[in-house]
Amino acid sequence: MARGHHDVGGLPGGPIDQTEHQLSDWEVLADAVNQALGVRGIKRTDELRRAREEMDSAAYRDMSYYERWIASMEAILIEKKILTKDEIDKRLAQFESKWGEP
Amino acid sequence: MGRAVSEASAQFKPGDRVKVKFEDRPGHLRTPWYIRGKKGWVERVYGEFLNPESLAFGRDGLPKKTLYLVAFNQTDLWGDAAKNRDKVLVDIYEHWLEPTGGDAP
Repeated sequence: MARGHHDVGGLPGGPIDQTEHQLSDWEVLADAVNQALGVRGIKRTDELRRAREEMDSAAYRDMSYYERWIASMEAILIEKKILTKDEIDKRLAQFESKWGEP
Repeated sequence: MGRAVSEASAQFKPGDRVKVKFEDRPGHLRTPWYIRGKKGWVERVYGEFLNPESLAFGRDGLPKKTLYLVAFNQTDLWGDAAKNRDKVLVDIYEHWLEPTGGDAP
């Protein structure tokens, strides 16, 4: 074992981008889905944190903040057998055929 | 979650010197890497809370664990890189702490 990819306190982090940036609609939606899952008692914050810690390290580093949120919600929904990976992929393919790839 | 009850069951009190256990195991660990094995002192006893190490796996979080605000000297964490007298304050659950000698600064 070693420190996880999320546990970076004290490591050199490079410069911090302090410019303001507006949230995209999908980021706001990600937050809304997160809230809804919490209110329904489907997930706890600790579970999502654990899911993000268990992600592939390279994928974790490549993702933005809300991309990690979405990936962890997907992992927990599959783990709890509320959705299947297949259902999510099929729905994603539907959206992509309608709207194009993101 | 009565505060009187939780403080009565707390192993440490404000001012107590504590050492963070150096544990490295699978799971959802809320104790950051950079303070494991480091010495500090208790600033505050928050009370008892559900255990996130259990909640993270969909379990009930019981038994509750006492949570503390623990202070560390910057110089104890970063050595010469921290040329100041500032403190670092971290929330740490009781099962990560052990008593250690010395006086609180």
